[in-house]
Amino acid sequence: MNRIVPLAAVALGILAFATVLLVIAPAAQIRPLEGTPGLQPYTQQELRGREVYVEQGCVYCHSQQPRGPEQAPDAQRGWGRAAVASDYVYDRPHQLGTMRTGPDLLNVGARLPSRDWHLTHLYQPRAIFDWSIMPAYPYLFEVKPEAEPGDVVVALPKDDAPDQGVVVATQDAEDLVAYLLALDRTMPAGEDSVRDYGYESREPRE
Amino acid sequence: MPLTVGLLLALSFAVSLLALAGLIWAISNHQLKVEQEDAYTIFAEGEAGTPDVDTPKHAPEIDRNQYDVRRAGLDVVSRPAVLLLVGSGVFWLVIGSAFGLLASLKLHLPDLLTEQAFFTFGRARTVHLNLVAYGWLSMTGIAVAMWVAPRIFHTPLRFARLPVVGAILWNIGVASGAVAIANGWTDGEEWLEIPWQIDILLAVAGAFFVVPLLATAARRDVDHIYVTGWYYLAALCWFPILFAIANIPYIHSGAQEATVNWWFAHNVLGLWLTPLGVGAAYYFIPKIIGKPIYSYSLSLLGFWGLALFYSQVGMHHLIGGPVPTWVVTLSIVHSVMMFIPVIAVAINQHVLVARNLWAVKESLPLRFIAFGALMYTLASFQGSIEALRSVNSVTHFTHYTVGHAHLGAYGFVSLIMFGAIYYMLPRTTGRAWPWPRAIAWHFWLVVVGFTIYFVSLTAGGLLQGFAMLDATRPFADSVRVTLVYLEWRSVGGALMTAGHLLLGIHVLALLARGPAWVPQTGYHPEPAVES
Repeated sequence: MNRIVPLAAVALGILAFATVLLVIAPAAQIRPLEGTPGLQPYTQQELRGREVYVEQGCVYCHSQQPRGPEQAPDAQRGWGRAAVASDYVYDRPHQLGTMRTGPDLLNVGARLPSRDWHLTHLYQPRAIFDWSIMPAYPYLFEVKPEAEPGDVVVALPKDDAPDQGVVVATQDAEDLVAYLLALDRTMPAGEDSVRDYGYESREPRE
Repeated sequence: MPLTVGLLLALSFAVSLLALAGLIWAISNHQLKVEQEDAYTIFAEGEAGTPDVDTPKHAPEIDRNQYDVRRAGLDVVSRPAVLLLVGSGVFWLVIGSAFGLLASLKLHLPDLLTEQAFFTFGRARTVHLNLVAYGWLSMTGIAVAMWVAPRIFHTPLRFARLPVVGAILWNIGVASGAVAIANGWTDGEEWLEIPWQIDILLAVAGAFFVVPLLATAARRDVDHIYVTGWYYLAALCWFPILFAIANIPYIHSGAQEATVNWWFAHNVLGLWLTPLGVGAAYYFIPKIIGKPIYSYSLSLLGFWGLALFYSQVGMHHLIGGPVPTWVVTLSIVHSVMMFIPVIAVAINQHVLVARNLWAVKESLPLRFIAFGALMYTLASFQGSIEALRSVNSVTHFTHYTVGHAHLGAYGFVSLIMFGAIYYMLPRTTGRAWPWPRAIAWHFWLVVVGFTIYFVSLTAGGLLQGFAMLDATRPFADSVRVTLVYLEWRSVGGALMTAGHLLLGIHVLALLARGPAWVPQTGYHPEPAVES
């Protein structure tokens, strides 16, 4: 090991090999996929809401990739069937996530379809779940003396409501909720969909 | 599809085995010409056997610092770059720790500071990660490389002003990246949050570090490239490419983007921070003890094994996820293969330390570095086991993983960087640390703090994982069981942050009014060595 050029060349060769296997080969397999049948592209409002989701860093506590029944009881929790690659064709940037400080959200729109529930929950999660450690997002809302026409008023228990006036959703909050409600991959995935089938030999978890 | 699976797996496994066999053949036939005497490259003539500790009870008669004073000719050249990089690194460490502590507190005090988007958990946590990864660890790691490279190559740093420019640009990049994230401007993928427009600045700054190190290596005044140099040279080839490919905007999306994301994110640890840490340990441990590492040819296995296996492990972050089975399995196999290079490094470094435990008592820098090296072994073993499907089902998506990440990035890399700073700065500035006892305080604050941190997240994460796998328990249980552990994590984090503040103040005190660093008795001044 007395020469720089061979050292650098082999080091780069190894990285290139890893890039072929971890980046290029999966891309060749995933990129030709079309969306899961029934999956709709996001609307403009949902896309704006998705931006809010990304900007707030929701991904650091919420995954968007339910696991299969042979690995974990995600479906029993209402988080949906195992996610497959074609569920994400409209997702950019991807928000798969690596933490479940909070629940998985890939199907939150199907599981919790109420706009009002989400607005209350975003304004103060502990108004709904006393055990929740999710941040409150008061800055996505405005407190007004009284609601104006077109305002979406947030329903709050007395303890969490401001002393005076009403809490109304900002455009960001409305967009974010529109995105959350659009999170719905309950349509069936094809038999040969791309996902990690490494647990398939096991019995489903009860 | 099964064909792709089988083919790619078999191909990768065959290539890895072939390469490993080739490596063993090459070593046994001296093709790579690494011999134990090459391990003495780090010493000046006659220096081997001379410990370089702070309180030389062990060998008081030894004229211990004459060699380093000779080296001062080298250190003077790299001094501006090293001081600026270390100063910046420590600055980002202190700011980054504050954000880390804030994020930690918010997990059990969710209504703390919720009025501004700037301080929300999703942003504070991300500012923390980017400041410590790209500010603290990268800048300090590069500083150590700038200081060590001339010593192992026996020649002054070339183009020594470039890294100063690079450090200024890099600081602007890190600062703007953090401000961008705090204000909601992010690329939205873990470890790749800094907007790509700002990444261009970081990439340019990186070139200002790569060129001087390559030039110094090319014009070295010694035939052999010491093992530390392998890690540095390879890391400097790897990281710019990783960084560039992963940050090119608008080409990846969906599940495919996730594979790029984790290919990059795990390689930041494996092919960037790990070589910076392991390379530094390979220099400082034998240098301070005064004896070469245990088996120099074994270090080849550690290095090439790391390159081969670590580069392929990223997909273990997507186990059970929406990506092909074969790519996940491939990463799991390579994660387990990591035992080989890690054991090789462990034998080399820990045996030398274990046989010279007196030096750990007599040198505070070595205490940090030996501890960090030990944490490398533990973090890697833990990582290999965590990648197994059965274990991963429990630990993935929980705080356990956060504990593991800190065992690597903090217990291992940061501890080694602390030790390196304490060793380098007196020799670089000619000033001694004004309060030697503060160094011991720093050590115990971060070691005790980190132990609390790691144990609580590990225990809390396991309980969280078991609760989530049990369909009979509500999701709320997986939150409730972690609360007390999240509180303890904040306690540990606060102690660590206190240690970092102490380090920051001590660095300032050394620069402002450190007493002269007195070379030891028996020293005869000599002119600095040229070339």
